[in-house]
Amino acid sequence: MGILQIFVVLTILMLLVKPVGTYVYHVYSNEPNRTDRIFGWLERLIYLLIGLKNRAGMTWRRYALSFLLTNIVLVAIGYLLLRIQSALPMNPNGIGDMEETLSFNTIASFMTNTNLQHYSGETGLSYFAQMAVIMMMMFTSAATGFSVAIAFVRGLTSKGKTIGNFFEDFVKSHTRIFFPAAIVVTLLLVALQVPQTLDPTLTVTSLEGAAQRIAIGPVASLEAIKHLGTNGGGFFGANSAHPFENPNGLTNVIEILSMWVLPASLPYVYGRFAKNRKQGWVVFGAMLTLFLAFLTIAYTSELRGNPAINAMGIDASQGSMEGKEVRFGIAQSALFTTVTAAATTGTVNNMHDTLTPLGGLVPLAEMMLNVVFGGKGVGLVNMLMYAILGVFLCGLMVGRTPEFLGRKIEPKEMKLIAAAILMHPLIILAPTAIAFMTDLGKGAISNPGYHGITQVLYEYTSSAANNGSGFEGLADNTPFWNVTTGLVMLLGRYVSMIAMLAVAGSLVRKQWVPETIGTFRTDNKLFYAILIGTVLIIGALTFLPAIVLGPIAEHLTLG
Amino acid sequence: MGTQRKSMLTSGIVRSAIRDSFVKLNPATMMKNPVLFVVEVGTFIVLLMTIFPVYFDTKDDIGFNATVFLILLFTLLFANFAEALAEGRGKAQANTLKKTKKEVLANKVVGNGTKTVPSVELRKGDIVVVSQGEMIPGDGEVVEGIASVDESAITGESAPVIKESGGDFSSVTGGTRVVSDRILVRITADPGESFIDRMISLVEGAKRQKTPNELALNTLLASLTLIFLIVVVTLAPIADYLNIELQVPVLISLLVCLIPTTIGGLLSAIGIAGMDRVTQFNVLAMSGKAVEAAGDINTMILDKTGTITYGNRMASEFIPVGGATRERVAEWAAVGSVKDDTPEGRSVLELMRTGSFRYDDMVAEGGEFIEFKAETRMSGIDLKDGRKVRKGAVDAVKRWVASQGGSIPADLDARGESIAREGGTPLAVAVDARILGLIYLKDTVKPGMRERFEQLRRMGIKTIMCTGDNPLTAATIALEAGVDDFIAESKPEDKIAVIRREQAEGKLVAMTGDGTNDAPALAQADVGLAMNSGTAAAKEAANMVDLDSDPSKIIEVVAIGKQLLMTRGALTTFSIANDVAKYFAIIPAMFTLAIPEMRVLNVMGLGTPMSAILSALIFNAIIIPLLIPLAMKGVSYKPLRASKLLGRNIAIYGLGGMIVPFVGIKLIDLVVHLWV
Repeated sequence: MGILQIFVVLTILMLLVKPVGTYVYHVYSNEPNRTDRIFGWLERLIYLLIGLKNRAGMTWRRYALSFLLTNIVLVAIGYLLLRIQSALPMNPNGIGDMEETLSFNTIASFMTNTNLQHYSGETGLSYFAQMAVIMMMMFTSAATGFSVAIAFVRGLTSKGKTIGNFFEDFVKSHTRIFFPAAIVVTLLLVALQVPQTLDPTLTVTSLEGAAQRIAIGPVASLEAIKHLGTNGGGFFGANSAHPFENPNGLTNVIEILSMWVLPASLPYVYGRFAKNRKQGWVVFGAMLTLFLAFLTIAYTSELRGNPAINAMGIDASQGSMEGKEVRFGIAQSALFTTVTAAATTGTVNNMHDTLTPLGGLVPLAEMMLNVVFGGKGVGLVNMLMYAILGVFLCGLMVGRTPEFLGRKIEPKEMKLIAAAILMHPLIILAPTAIAFMTDLGKGAISNPGYHGITQVLYEYTSSAANNGSGFEGLADNTPFWNVTTGLVMLLGRYVSMIAMLAVAGSLVRKQWVPETIGTFRTDNKLFYAILIGTVLIIGALTFLPAIVLGPIAEHLTLG
Repeated sequence: MGTQRKSMLTSGIVRSAIRDSFVKLNPATMMKNPVLFVVEVGTFIVLLMTIFPVYFDTKDDIGFNATVFLILLFTLLFANFAEALAEGRGKAQANTLKKTKKEVLANKVVGNGTKTVPSVELRKGDIVVVSQGEMIPGDGEVVEGIASVDESAITGESAPVIKESGGDFSSVTGGTRVVSDRILVRITADPGESFIDRMISLVEGAKRQKTPNELALNTLLASLTLIFLIVVVTLAPIADYLNIELQVPVLISLLVCLIPTTIGGLLSAIGIAGMDRVTQFNVLAMSGKAVEAAGDINTMILDKTGTITYGNRMASEFIPVGGATRERVAEWAAVGSVKDDTPEGRSVLELMRTGSFRYDDMVAEGGEFIEFKAETRMSGIDLKDGRKVRKGAVDAVKRWVASQGGSIPADLDARGESIAREGGTPLAVAVDARILGLIYLKDTVKPGMRERFEQLRRMGIKTIMCTGDNPLTAATIALEAGVDDFIAESKPEDKIAVIRREQAEGKLVAMTGDGTNDAPALAQADVGLAMNSGTAAAKEAANMVDLDSDPSKIIEVVAIGKQLLMTRGALTTFSIANDVAKYFAIIPAMFTLAIPEMRVLNVMGLGTPMSAILSALIFNAIIIPLLIPLAMKGVSYKPLRASKLLGRNIAIYGLGGMIVPFVGIKLIDLVVHLWV
């Protein structure tokens, strides 16, 4: 039954990839198409308002500068709003201003599409802040990520000097993808009993006669963009495990699909841009293979249960249900966990802290790789980076200097890629080590031993990969954690984005090398294997020692 | 092809390479190679811990630390040895060349006389006289006279070559010897810049610049090193949280095993050896970049004459027209050729002999020979008795006959065209106003060319044949040789146009040439191979010079370029794939004492934690010398399509790279475990 549920969701996803991918391709290909009639007037109005008359292509520098400036302005506005939220309207529950380091962490978290939450939504944010800061950033950060990914793909696949116009991409991401999709998903969720209201917290008298406060609010709209934009920040502290965020199995499936379908369709979009759909399918295939491997580990590991609990004589026939919602069960929980870490959404419908060691390893490893679908384009960009790396390492073996999509990979690109692949382990392992060397860091660990290592590692990995799911169990709302994870999130997002845009900017100007029979092909089974091998050997082995001391040691010693 | 310059591994080279391995330990030298520099720093730290255990509280581990130090030291020495060995072979070649670069006395022309000066005092533009038995004092061009020159010092070819003023055979190289006659040479290179000087610095590797691909690979290797440095440095505090104390030498061992020491140690040796293979092939590449570019070639432009065909168009048949007999055609063709020294002329007489035709050479006695000229496109003889004999291009002879009021035989054009269609060249033979027939000149395609073009096609390389022949002839030869495309009636500027057109499509183009008018095209091409017999201008413009002057060698040069790139890729893949096994050897070893359950990760069943670490480290060290022969010789190269090549190499070096260390480390452990 569990496997059937998983199979059904996977099948729906596979069926959606092509139509969604085709739609997304048409949004960004900037060629006239039917959707212009529906959205064109709105966009023209926006262009007029922001003074974007001729939407000329940008060089990578201009593109990077544009998206950075846009993000900086949004950060400034968001930070200000959080710090003065008590004085702003729509605060029926009278919530106070947010503390400085927590505000920094929250803004960094939402602007980088991480949505790591060191606050609890129902007690830490006014309705206005939820909508004007949190939801606004859920849209804009997702649109930023999508735009950058598309610009990167354009750089890889087109000729000339420019990689598109950021503002145009940014506007279109909203008008043609996130707004319409969010409206549809919101309505679906409302229909399935997810609250959407501006009323204050309800106070009801329970059967025992005690007064119980039930938090509500504009949940459904946030829930929609939370998943569509692979954001993950919950309205409530309990995130999608909360019955108002995710009331039943059907909403669970809708949430899984809405966070998964856009990242999953991006490889296809890439194939369309490359004018060789097989290129896209190879990337998709590699992602899906890794995904299925991870899902299998998570599912079987959770199903097998926790030997320590089994030993206590507790019936474990259902699997390890600690920290899971009974309404979802093992299959829907394992699938949700694997998808949320893959798509770097970070929404959770079960507590990752209570997953079995190997089950907890799955989201951790997916975020360490950060290429298994990945959120709003980042996964595709990273996977293509590994593709370039794979081409560089193995391409020489056909007796030609390495070429990717007809462009030579030379020292300049390798320097940029080196910076990007270096950054990920650096910002995960270095702060983890620092946390273990200081009492500030060690003090937050609630579960000493191997699990404590996993807790810390997970926190920084989730920040670096801009995932944002918490292993929870970590007392992380302290200046130390707020500041370090905030910095890790910023570095994790912007360094690789800028480096990859620079790669795109360099490749787009290069002379194309025509494909011959002597060319290293990147659209066949062999390259699919090379791609997975490169990801595993370069990406995964880096983290092996740390993982061995965390989840693997925990698993081995569990009995 | 001339005798190949041997570059054997003599014991002298090995001895000096061993010495250099120690010299290269100098940190200033090591710094250039970030991978090995990290190893050296690690080695130094372990050395300190071994010598001064008191300061590091490592008294109990002296034995282990000393062993680790020795293995690390040997890792470095092995890597240095690989590079030194490759350099040593180059140096040995350079020494041979230096011997030819003796100080000689030159007879410099001053005013009307000559003055004897040492060759180092010669400057560009000076004119010297070189007589029989003398050494040519510097690179230059023959401005007067003709002489045969022994160039064996640079080409290895013992047969002397003719050098004469004007034309494409005027350039002479310093250090070669005039064996007959006397020539005036204008010096074209200042001391230190001559061809031999350049050759010496090239084979010595002194001026070796890293190619873009090497630079990019170095960047990647450096960043991998940095990543593993982060991994290992951060591991200590994380483990410390679990109260697992990791010894510094153990961490250094893990680091050294993980960073790509194998390819880091062999990378420059692969580059030098690749250049060396080209040199052994008697081709001088002006840079490593040129050799790599050869591997990337998409289009190859080949001259028909001399490259694809022997070029000497040989008379193969006499064809009568207008009712004449074959014997008569032969007779008059021979008369017209008696005094003709061109290969065509000689081949007519040769055909007379082999075809047992007869003619009376007394007829030509006293006649006036008419030389072949580009304007007339005919040669012949004006006999004493007033009769005029001509042979030459059909239309030229037709015009000549018509101008004397003669008539053109009706079947002439048809016969001529049918010869052309078959790839031959028809020469018309006429006496006064009558055309007797045709000489069928045949150009023969060199044996094996068809197979080679087939190979090139399989490598994805397009071949374009350039020829001055008419389109019909060109098409026939192109078909016979199996080239992909041809340019008929080509002029030197056509070659540049083709190169530019191909390059505009992003293709890399290779070509060969020897004449001065080839120079611009040689410079434009990505790989220009000039013939050593060619002019100085051509050699200057090209980025490779073939000392044997065999234009078809460009095909092998491409194969060498590909082999160089493949070797680099194969060893990089191998080196990185090795990490999987090393992880499985060291990680369980590090933690098993503290976490006994970790032993399940010890998939190789290695003896003890200590023996596991030492075995991985030893494997990491000895794999370098074991791979030196492969780095030097290059991986075996077969001209296959890319997907097949890749599949094969991934299986050998990728999968092999994962499996070999599992076996290797286990075997080493079986031995090491006897002691620890």
